[in-house]
Amino acid sequence: MENPKTIQIETKALNVAIHNNQVLKNIDIQIPAKQLTAIIGPSGCGKTTLLKSFNRLLEIQDGIKIEGEIVVDGINIMSSGLNVPDIRKKMGLISQKPYPLPMSIFENVAYGLRIHHDKNQKELAEAVQNCLQEVGLWSEVKDRLHDPASRLSVGQQQRLCLARAIAVQPEVILCDEPTSALDPIAAQQIEKLLLKLKKDFTVILVTHTLRQAKRVADHVIFLYFGKVVEQGTAAEFFNNPKNPETKAYLAGEIS
Amino acid sequence: MLASVFIVMGSLILIVGVIVFNGAPSLSLQILTQTSEGGFYLGAGGGFLNAIVGSLLLALPATGLAFIIGIAIALYLQKDFLNPSIANFIRICLDILWGVPSVVYGVFCLTIMIAIGMTGGSVLFGIIALTLLEIPIITRSIDESIKMVPAGLKETAYSLGSTKVETAMKVVRRQAMPGIIAGVLLGFGRGIGDAASILLTVGDSNYFPTSLSDQTAALPTMILNLVSMPDQVVQNKAYAVAFVLLMIVLLISIITRYLTKKSSKHIIK
Repeated sequence: MENPKTIQIETKALNVAIHNNQVLKNIDIQIPAKQLTAIIGPSGCGKTTLLKSFNRLLEIQDGIKIEGEIVVDGINIMSSGLNVPDIRKKMGLISQKPYPLPMSIFENVAYGLRIHHDKNQKELAEAVQNCLQEVGLWSEVKDRLHDPASRLSVGQQQRLCLARAIAVQPEVILCDEPTSALDPIAAQQIEKLLLKLKKDFTVILVTHTLRQAKRVADHVIFLYFGKVVEQGTAAEFFNNPKNPETKAYLAGEIS
Repeated sequence: MLASVFIVMGSLILIVGVIVFNGAPSLSLQILTQTSEGGFYLGAGGGFLNAIVGSLLLALPATGLAFIIGIAIALYLQKDFLNPSIANFIRICLDILWGVPSVVYGVFCLTIMIAIGMTGGSVLFGIIALTLLEIPIITRSIDESIKMVPAGLKETAYSLGSTKVETAMKVVRRQAMPGIIAGVLLGFGRGIGDAASILLTVGDSNYFPTSLSDQTAALPTMILNLVSMPDQVVQNKAYAVAFVLLMIVLLISIITRYLTKKSSKHIIK
């Protein structure tokens, strides 16, 4: 590659087993900073597991065994003695189904700020407004900031989750099929936002729709049965795939 | 379907009806606002305000204590804090305690009272007996409502960098709030209506208790004492006491409904 990119996340021989079922096998990947990386593959191939290992969210489930290294900013986050909340703070998570916190719209965005920063009421209000503006939700909710977040539409909830995630000022935004529960218009809004956000954040998008990956990704990682089949820039991956399995997947022969 | 509704509604109406029918003639402003005179059980005058106050002074602190202990246990029982197999063992223990007859708690407290040389009853040991009685009820109800909190919601809180305690206290607690309130009501209802556990521990008195070591009257024990008298007029007073007890429980139910509705506002479905 001509201009070497900074690497945000790198995994070395990452193996994950859930209840003795090997879900991820020897994953060695590099995720470039300030780009949009798409993790694609058929359902059940371990995409979400891989994503959740980046912020150590996997370990709150039962029967998880993780081996290998995950290096973020030069630090292996799997090493012991680290403060896990600090690791998670660096990575916002957008899940498949939006989960607003059981509080008002304002408090949802302010939640992360309240637990991590000591801000006065005025700074808090400004920060919340900035984050909501960033995701294009401000004009829709500015008159009902203190309504329950659960009253928003699903598409609005997903954008609220995005605003809440960036309020914590993470470095990475992890997205687990963020558009699969949304209608096409709301999905398009989220896609546009992710493209905008990759200027400031490293965005990792798990998706099972190839077309979405084609539309937005700079870098692609193709997982198949828990193994990395191919990874590279989007242009190379879609136009000139090297692996026969990738070719078959792109042609729609395996899914 | 209809038959079961009929049976349930029928029994409720019958119970309330009998209490109101028998208790209403004895109910008066005087009986509600005065304390008992000497020989109340033998037909003397006065009212049972001392028993109302006594019951509230027993059940309210007991519910408060049981709630504080119960919510701490319930939060700790979740898998974020405790190994699930140990937690499930504790759950079984709590379920067994839930099934223990209340008289056993009464005897247990009485044994301690005798061991430390106390004679007669005291408010303190009544509160302790009721607290013990309510802890398993409140803990398990709260525990079940916390278990219903979606895993995705907890993941969200963790992904924002919350610690376990922040997740439990700021997110899980809010989502489980209606269940927590319902659990506290369940415990209070059991506590204020229970006679066996306080029968052996609080004694009786015609006056308001002024310290934790005082004896006191209470509504359930007063019903028991009044009913066991041979005089019809005295027995009817028992229905009046039962009516007041029913009203207290009803009032608490209404307050709970209101609080549950209010705390459901932000709940994520």
